[in-house]
Amino acid sequence: MSELMKIVEAEYKDVRSKYPDFKAGDTINVHVKIREGSKERIQQFQGTVIQRRHPNTNGETFTVRKVSNGIGIERKFPLLSPNLDKIEVIRRGSVRRARLFYLRGLQGKAAKIREKK
Amino acid sequence: MSGIIGRKIGMTNVFSEDGRSIACTLIQAGPCVVTQVKNEETDGYRSIQLGYGERKEKRTTKAMKGHFDKASTTPKKVIKEFRNFRIEFNNEVQLGQEITVADVFEEGDYVDAIGISKGKGFQGVVKRHNFRGVGQRTHGQHNRERAPGSIGGASSPSRVFKGMRMAGQTGGKRVKLLNLRVIKIYPEDHLILVSGAVPGSKNSTVILEK
Repeated sequence: MSELMKIVEAEYKDVRSKYPDFKAGDTINVHVKIREGSKERIQQFQGTVIQRRHPNTNGETFTVRKVSNGIGIERKFPLLSPNLDKIEVIRRGSVRRARLFYLRGLQGKAAKIREKK
Repeated sequence: MSGIIGRKIGMTNVFSEDGRSIACTLIQAGPCVVTQVKNEETDGYRSIQLGYGERKEKRTTKAMKGHFDKASTTPKKVIKEFRNFRIEFNNEVQLGQEITVADVFEEGDYVDAIGISKGKGFQGVVKRHNFRGVGQRTHGQHNRERAPGSIGGASSPSRVFKGMRMAGQTGGKRVKLLNLRVIKIYPEDHLILVSGAVPGSKNSTVILEK
């Protein structure tokens, strides 16, 4: 990235450092601000991180997958979005790739990720 | 019309207060030097000429060098004239004066961006003019999927009209985009962040107008 571009992206340093370090395979709990009219409330979304895209840029996003009532749900979040309130790491997973798309084809026990020692 | 000359750095995104991601382009604009001031008496109209970027001295003709010497500045790479140029603090612009991006624009302004679009080579009508191609993939069709279709009548007028849209060189042309919002200005680094995309590749010259 151009040095000049870093001047612009440095403005989001504080937002970035607010969140813990997490990787694909980790189980995290994302607190999302939801605006309903004038009211604001927090919704939580807990699941496994299956990828992080465009790292160290303003456009960085991550995808969280969870299985709810037997249906897989994936949600993408922009890391620097002001709508994110908090990210908690619940469990560190041990995986051998950066993008865990293979989880989509697996169910139950096969979709389990070993915990990092 | 006020404006400034700059160079495209690249694209990024920022977040608005309501949480939306805005795609935007970073441009290094200025500092530019006023290389000529035209007025009504000598030229019949009012305008100023700005110069931007360094040009190697051995690549400058003597005529050009004389022109830059008049403004007591080094040879510039790009020069561009702006009619009825106006800046906030001083309507009178002096020869040789340095103009920075913060003098011309402020946050929230709407600007036009001019650049040379990326060259795409010889392209067919689907890419060049957004034609839809002819017919279907199946049902006996073959090789018509990206074809232009009919280009005119056979017996009457028995010629092809001028300006008929056909395949050809695409891109590499001067393109002007209107009404891009200025998101932010960084006066120390001569940077300006505008919403949306700007024509051209990275490091290509961009002219911003207001």
